[in-house]
Amino acid sequence: MNIVVLIKQVPDTWSERTLSDGDKTLDRASSDAVLDEINERAVEEALKIKEAGDAEVTIVTAGSDRATDAVRKALSMGADKAVHVNDEAIHGSDAIATAKVLAKAIGTVGDVDLVLAGNEATDGRSGAMAGMIGEILGWPSLTHANELSVADGTASVKRATDEGTCDVTAALPAVVSVGEKINEPRYPSFKGIMAAKKKPVSALGISDLGLDASEVGLAGSLVQVDSFAPRPPKSGGQKVEDEGDGGAKIAEFLVGQKLI
Amino acid sequence: MAEVLVLVDHVDGEIKKNTYEMLTAARRLGEPSAVVVGTPGTATKLSEGLAAHGAEKVYVAESDDAVNYLSTPQVDVLAALVERVSPPAVLVAGGADGREVAGRLAVRTNSGWLNDLVELDGQREGTHSIFGGAFTVQSRATTDTAIISWRGGSIEAEETAAAGTQETVEVPAIDASRSAKVSNRAPIVGGDRPELTEASVVVAGGRGVGSADNFNVVETLADSLHAAVGASRAAVDSGYYPNQFQVGQTGKTVSPQLYIALGISGAIQHRAGMQTSKTIVAVNKDPEAPIFEIADFGIVGDLFSVAPQLTEEVGKRA
Repeated sequence: MNIVVLIKQVPDTWSERTLSDGDKTLDRASSDAVLDEINERAVEEALKIKEAGDAEVTIVTAGSDRATDAVRKALSMGADKAVHVNDEAIHGSDAIATAKVLAKAIGTVGDVDLVLAGNEATDGRSGAMAGMIGEILGWPSLTHANELSVADGTASVKRATDEGTCDVTAALPAVVSVGEKINEPRYPSFKGIMAAKKKPVSALGISDLGLDASEVGLAGSLVQVDSFAPRPPKSGGQKVEDEGDGGAKIAEFLVGQKLI
Repeated sequence: MAEVLVLVDHVDGEIKKNTYEMLTAARRLGEPSAVVVGTPGTATKLSEGLAAHGAEKVYVAESDDAVNYLSTPQVDVLAALVERVSPPAVLVAGGADGREVAGRLAVRTNSGWLNDLVELDGQREGTHSIFGGAFTVQSRATTDTAIISWRGGSIEAEETAAAGTQETVEVPAIDASRSAKVSNRAPIVGGDRPELTEASVVVAGGRGVGSADNFNVVETLADSLHAAVGASRAAVDSGYYPNQFQVGQTGKTVSPQLYIALGISGAIQHRAGMQTSKTIVAVNKDPEAPIFEIADFGIVGDLFSVAPQLTEEVGKRA
């Protein structure tokens, strides 16, 4: 089995996030960056398949130099190698341009059987990358998996979303996005961390992917951001100590606001 | 006048509220055409509601395959219609399923995708509310057709009588070898409470609730207000309440008329999912809890005495 895991470095959701004034993109420099938690679950799922049989696990990411940390973390968990698309030109890519870049990067790995990804990143939140990449590659996408099994050239998942649950099956090659419940990702061991330093990471530019700068980044995006504004800060209102009538006080306030 | 396509969001023969919002938004750009993808007989149940909310046309794409494959039937039907009517926009509900349809359709038709819109004007300028409402962003698609996924609860749905003329369209044959087959579909049963993202009042509990059993205090208050129940990540991670009710960065984003936070400290994580609520009320023992920084009205006190008293007061006024 040849497995690709897509990962993404994102701003830590516990820190304040902002946008750049100049080109109206996410200001990735101003906040702490981490390997998106959901990606660790995708890596874990790939490692479980590898441990149960025979598989090679390749990490694929698109991002700046800072994404190296996320790549190293995934390798230290136990992935075998990585492809890091690192090119100024991809800055500002919208979801479709990003999907195109990732699909091309997957193509450099060889005969891939299975692509694993998180179901939704915490920054872009399009929640559809697996479906979009499947659409580009012409492969089925099995999304929001809480359980995954792969056997006899078929992937089967238990899918769970806010709307409901169902079983989904499809022939390989396929793209699978994992949900929060699928597993508990392992912590990298010391041995794993040391070993990761020697694992191959191929850094590619978009020309290596056969893409032109006009197809990616702000230039290649089909959506343009016209403006943005911080929401006016909400100031706290009244705060009162409960003196046995706290519930009644809230009721009074709600009546005043015509909410009850 | 241009046709604007709206994919109807429906479950068990009922139209979800979000569809009416999308028809309302679509009318700003042209004549709304509703697109029903479902099993045979679905459109008959939906047509009245669609016509009453401004659908001039209803495209009926019915087939048993509509529920047997994941998002592919919807993408195929919409892609064929985009090709045929060149709409300025296609609107799709912003849930997990809808976004998947929207993203794939955008790739298939090479159209710009405006995800998670809360507003749309007559010039196709869309508004997003990002990072949990910390920023609003204006953007537009540079392509002839914009694919839009719409966040429910963003605008008032308007009733407008329209023709609702039905036209049958084909669900294209599905290539089984390249599609994900679905079985054992089970919609989430939300019980009698309103859906979290559609509710006008949300009552949520956090770590301060202390146990799964204690959540009945939150539920009782919620029921007195006909509210949905939410929970913070801390409460969900502690096993007090099921995951699908989590409000916050890694859960749902809600924007109700009234949000009542019980025993929730108000970490950025949580605020990102609720700070655009119109009115926020907080009850917390800790006077320094960050939730008070955004609460319109806060009580420093024990939720186990404040919440039941509030339930009683609400009951008196009902």
